[in-house]
Amino acid sequence: MRNYILKFWQGLLTIIIGMRVTLRHLAVPAVTIQYPTVKPELPERERNRLYVNMDDCIGCDQCARACPVNCIEIETVKSIPGEDLGKTSDGNKKALWVTTFDIDIAKCCYCELCVFPCPTDCIYMTDVYEFAEYERDNLIYDFVTLTPEECEQKKKNYEEFKIIKEAEKAATVKKKAGEAAKKKTSEDKPGDKSDKDKQ
Amino acid sequence: MMYDWLYTVTGSEIIAAIIQSLLPLFAFILPFALFAVLLERKVAGHMQDRLGPMRVGYHGILQTVADIIKLVQKEDIIAKENDKTFFNLSPFLVFVGSYAAFAAIPFSGAFLGSNIDLGIIYIVAVTGIVAAGILMGGWASNNKYSLLGAMRAVAQIISFEIPTLLVVVTVIMITGTMNLYTMSEWQTEHFWNWLILGGPVFGIQKILLIPLMVVSFLIIFLSTLAEVNRTPFDIPEAESELVSGYHTEYSGMKFAIFFLAEYANMFAISVIVSALFLGGFQSPIGYLGNFLDAQWLIPFEQFFWFTSKGLFFVFVQIWLRWTLPRFRVDQLMAFCWKYLIPFSFVILLLVGLITVL
Repeated sequence: MRNYILKFWQGLLTIIIGMRVTLRHLAVPAVTIQYPTVKPELPERERNRLYVNMDDCIGCDQCARACPVNCIEIETVKSIPGEDLGKTSDGNKKALWVTTFDIDIAKCCYCELCVFPCPTDCIYMTDVYEFAEYERDNLIYDFVTLTPEECEQKKKNYEEFKIIKEAEKAATVKKKAGEAAKKKTSEDKPGDKSDKDKQ
Repeated sequence: MMYDWLYTVTGSEIIAAIIQSLLPLFAFILPFALFAVLLERKVAGHMQDRLGPMRVGYHGILQTVADIIKLVQKEDIIAKENDKTFFNLSPFLVFVGSYAAFAAIPFSGAFLGSNIDLGIIYIVAVTGIVAAGILMGGWASNNKYSLLGAMRAVAQIISFEIPTLLVVVTVIMITGTMNLYTMSEWQTEHFWNWLILGGPVFGIQKILLIPLMVVSFLIIFLSTLAEVNRTPFDIPEAESELVSGYHTEYSGMKFAIFFLAEYANMFAISVIVSALFLGGFQSPIGYLGNFLDAQWLIPFEQFFWFTSKGLFFVFVQIWLRWTLPRFRVDQLMAFCWKYLIPFSFVILLLVGLITVL
């Protein structure tokens, strides 16, 4: 009988204790964050989506080489003299047209290794982390600022420039060769060795 | 009374009776169910340091409206092996059982569905239909979880009817009436006249009755809680064991009716308990209408107190739900037969002695 009463009393007591706990928690402010409207605070060194500021990019390819999963693809075309490519934000002149700068973010492992070698700090991680897509192709980000026609134009310019330069080079080589031949005829004795090296 | 007023306005007994009988459903129980579901989810959320529904409307106040719209447009699935007649009949029977109880509950001094002398006994009897409806639904579903849930529900409802009735008999012995309206009138305004504090009669009887009444109040609250299958007595619809018990197979509007019946039941037991022990629609602190000499105000005040008492107990039920874990079947039966019934029997005998002396 004593046990019975004790059990009854204990049951009642534990219910009261439990209900006090839940009532107290009714007044505790909720820890919920209303996610899409209110974003949680990100940690200090979070790594998210990559972004490339093409105004500063000099096309040095260092990020692509640093990438452990080869998700960055860069192609460049040399500029021809007289073309103004503008300057980077720290005042250096750009020398290369960047015709391809693709980052396949689906491959990216968010290691941030591409960020450190960049000489102009133009590739960096943003705080955007919501970029899910329905198509995988949409995850290949193209950062090139030139239009495809412009790219073609630059390539053609460079090819033409190269041909012209080749011709010039050939001309200078010929000229030099002619001069050398002249020299050869004029002074015959000590030049034997050097001539052989040239050939 | 409301009925007389409706009769004079409409001039027809039938129309007045129809309005009278539909009024609690459309003016009270449907909005209440919408509110109670939201309250349940909000209270649950905040008790777990969450926020609950937040998207639809300001702080999610239209969430249940959106849920109802979703339920209405859902397909009503009837499986091939279901016993279609009983499967379709069950939700309506459950709802009729719980709604019929509101006929004898006085909403205020001016609104009582039916002023029958049997009152509380009628309520206990008519809510028995709910057990039949649940068993019907569970069995006709042809699903082992539904059947198990229905069996458990019926066993539980019938067991817990006994302590409920014993306490009701105790109350009837003190008040001398079965009519909930006269019972509420008998426990006049001011809280010290309520039955939980010994009733409006002063003297030695009141002092002797107070502890007994507090205990019997607890007993009837717990046993009615078990009768409507709320946590911690929700073994008939135990989500983790039985999917959701007897209404597993229901979808769309029929599920909504089960849901509505559950919340109507919650409110019904709250107001029955408050009518028995806490003065029903009576105000705990006197009426502003009397104070201002405006008699027309009193029924509205009574309705306010009735609703707030009901809502308070609904809140307590929700609070209990998010505090206590579920009973095991044997624990549930032991709780009924080894604790509630002996206690209510002892109280019945003691109260009998007190009233005789």
